[in-house]
Amino acid sequence: MTKRLICAAALAAMAGAGAVQAEEIRVLNWQGYGTDLDWAVEAFTEETGHTVVHEYFNSEQEMLTKLRTNPGAYDVVLINAAFTPQAQEEGLIAPIDKEKIENLADVPADMAENQDLNADGELYGVPWTWGLTAYAFNTQAFEEAPTSVEVFWDEAHEGRVSIRDDALEAVQFAAIATGQDINDISDMEAIEAKLTELMPQIKTYWGSENDWNQFMAAGELDVATYWSGSASRSIASGLPVQFVVPEEGAVGWLDGLSIPESSTKMDAAHAFIDWMIDPEFYVKWADEGAPASANAKAAEALPEDAFNRQVLGDPEVVARVQFQRPVSDEDREAYLALWQKLKAAQ
Amino acid sequence: MAGGTAISGARAGLIALLSPAYLWLTAAIFLPLSAMLFFSLVTELPFGGAEWAFTLENYRAFFETPTYATLLWKSVRLGLIVTVVCLLVGFPCAYVLAKAIRGRAREALFLLVILPFWSNSLVRIFSWAIVLRGNGVLDLGLNALLPFEVDVSLMFTTHAIVIGLVHSYLPYVILTSYLALQAIDDNLIDAARSMGAGKPTILWRLVLPLSLPGLVAGAVLIFVPVVGAFMEPRILGGRVGTYYGTVIEDQFVAVYNWPLGAALSFILLAVVLFILAVASPMLKRAQA
Repeated sequence: MTKRLICAAALAAMAGAGAVQAEEIRVLNWQGYGTDLDWAVEAFTEETGHTVVHEYFNSEQEMLTKLRTNPGAYDVVLINAAFTPQAQEEGLIAPIDKEKIENLADVPADMAENQDLNADGELYGVPWTWGLTAYAFNTQAFEEAPTSVEVFWDEAHEGRVSIRDDALEAVQFAAIATGQDINDISDMEAIEAKLTELMPQIKTYWGSENDWNQFMAAGELDVATYWSGSASRSIASGLPVQFVVPEEGAVGWLDGLSIPESSTKMDAAHAFIDWMIDPEFYVKWADEGAPASANAKAAEALPEDAFNRQVLGDPEVVARVQFQRPVSDEDREAYLALWQKLKAAQ
Repeated sequence: MAGGTAISGARAGLIALLSPAYLWLTAAIFLPLSAMLFFSLVTELPFGGAEWAFTLENYRAFFETPTYATLLWKSVRLGLIVTVVCLLVGFPCAYVLAKAIRGRAREALFLLVILPFWSNSLVRIFSWAIVLRGNGVLDLGLNALLPFEVDVSLMFTTHAIVIGLVHSYLPYVILTSYLALQAIDDNLIDAARSMGAGKPTILWRLVLPLSLPGLVAGAVLIFVPVVGAFMEPRILGGRVGTYYGTVIEDQFVAVYNWPLGAALSFILLAVVLFILAVASPMLKRAQA
C-alpha cells in the first residue's frame, strides 16, 4: 500500500502542477460504515498527509439533499448504486479518473462495469462493497436449517418472525417470495396478498442492527430478514444465528464511492477511495465485520473460514442474487403507501 | 413630569421582564412553526435550487389516503385511553398527597412522583421493554414467586404502549391535580361533612368540581403529546405500534418528504385544537 499511495501522491503532485499539499477531505457516509474507522483514517493521514473529516446521513434522500444544498462541502460520498444514476443525472457527482485509482484494476468487470455506476462511458462510482438482504435464523429454534423464504409464513413460527420497517425491503422481500423480478414488479396484488399473510406472523419490526441483535439475544425471534454484513458481525459477536441465502433468491446491493462535482480536492479524494478499496484496508476491516469487498484481491486475501468468503464467495449463491436497480419515485411512493396501509391495519 | 416618568419606568420594567420569555417563544416556537407551515404548502423543499411551487397537494394526500385517517383515529383513541388511565390513577394519588398526609412522608412521596422526570424518556421506555418482554423481569419475577408457570408477554401489545405512556405522563396529572386540591379550603370540606354530606357527595359535589381546572390542565398536558407519540409505540408496540406520529416521522426521516410530513403535522395540530375547543365549553359548564 505504501508504494501505491506514494504513487497516488506523486500523481496528485503532477496533476496539481505544484507541491503535494496536505488537504482536509470531507467524507459523507453512513455513520460507522468503514470510512470512519479510526485506524484507517490514521493510516491514510500518515501515508498522504491528508486529513479526513466525516459527515453522516441517515437516508439516501438526505444524502442527495446534502449534496444539492452544500456544493463544495464534500470530497467523497458513499452512494448506493441504485442512487448513483440519479446523482449523476443531476450533475452532483464527477466522473472518476480511473488512472488515479490503481486498485480499480482488481475490481472484477461485472462490478466495475455495473450499468448504474457507469454513464456515457465514464465511471461515476468506484465499486466498494456489496452485500445481500436475505435472512438469518436462530439456530436454537430450528433442528434443520431452513432454506426457503416460506419459513416466514410457517405457522410454527407465528409471532416469532421479524422484517425491517422499510417499505422497499418489505416489497422486494415479498417479490422474491412470489417469484418476481425485484426491479420490475408486475403483480403488486400478489405482493400485497403475500405481505398481508405475513403480518400476523410478525412480532415486531426491526430498525437497526442493534435492534436485531437485542431481539435475537432475548430469544424473541426465530427468524428475521437481515443484511449479510450485519450477519457477519452478529455471528462474530457470538449470537447463535446463521445466515441463509434462500433458494428463491436474495436482494443484492452495491455501494460505490463517488466524488462530488463540486469537490476542490479531487486528488486527495481519489487517493482516499484508492485506499478504501485496498486489500490491506479491507482484510483488517473484515475482522471487525464488514460487507463483501468489490475488490477480488481483497476477497481472496480473507481467511478460508471468513463469513464473506464462505457465504458470499459461492458462485451458486451469487447466481441467485438479484441486484437492486434504481427505483422510480412513483414506485417508491406506491411501496410506501402499501407498507403504511399494511402497518396501519395492525 | 415626575408621574409620567414613573409610568414609563414601570412599563419599561414590564417589558424587561416579559421580553426574554416572548423573544424566546418567538424564536423557538413561532419561527420553526412558520417554516413548517410554509413547507407544508410547497411541492418540493426550496433548497439548492430545487424547483418548487405552492400547492395544497400535501393536504389533499391526507384525504385521499384512508391510511392517515385510520391512524389519526387510532392515535386519538390512544390519547384518550392514556389520559383516562392517568386521571384514574393520578387523581386519588394527588388527593392523598394534598389532603391526607403531611410532613416528611409527603415530601418523600412527592419525590417518588417526580422521579420519572429525572430520567430520559428513552431510558424509561427501554426499561419498560426489559421488564415487559417475554423472559423479561416481570416474567421471571412472577414465575419465581408463583408456584405455577405463567407466561407474561406484554411486550409488543397495545397494553405495553399504554403502560409505558401512562408511566411517562402520570406525573403531569398528579402535579396539576395536587395544586388544585391544595387550593381547596379544608374548612369547606369540614362544613360539608358537618351538614351531613357523605364521602361520595363531598367528592362529587365539592372536591371534583373545585379541582377540575387541575384535572383539565393535566389531561391537556397528557393528551396532546400522546396523540403525536411515535417513539414509545414503536419500541413497546412492535407490530401494533404504528400510529399517526409514526407516519409523520417516516416522512421526515425515512422518505425525506418534508412537505407531506409538515402537512400531516398541521392536520394533527388542527384536530387536537378542535378537540380541545369542543371540550372546553363542556368543561366550563361542568365547573360552573
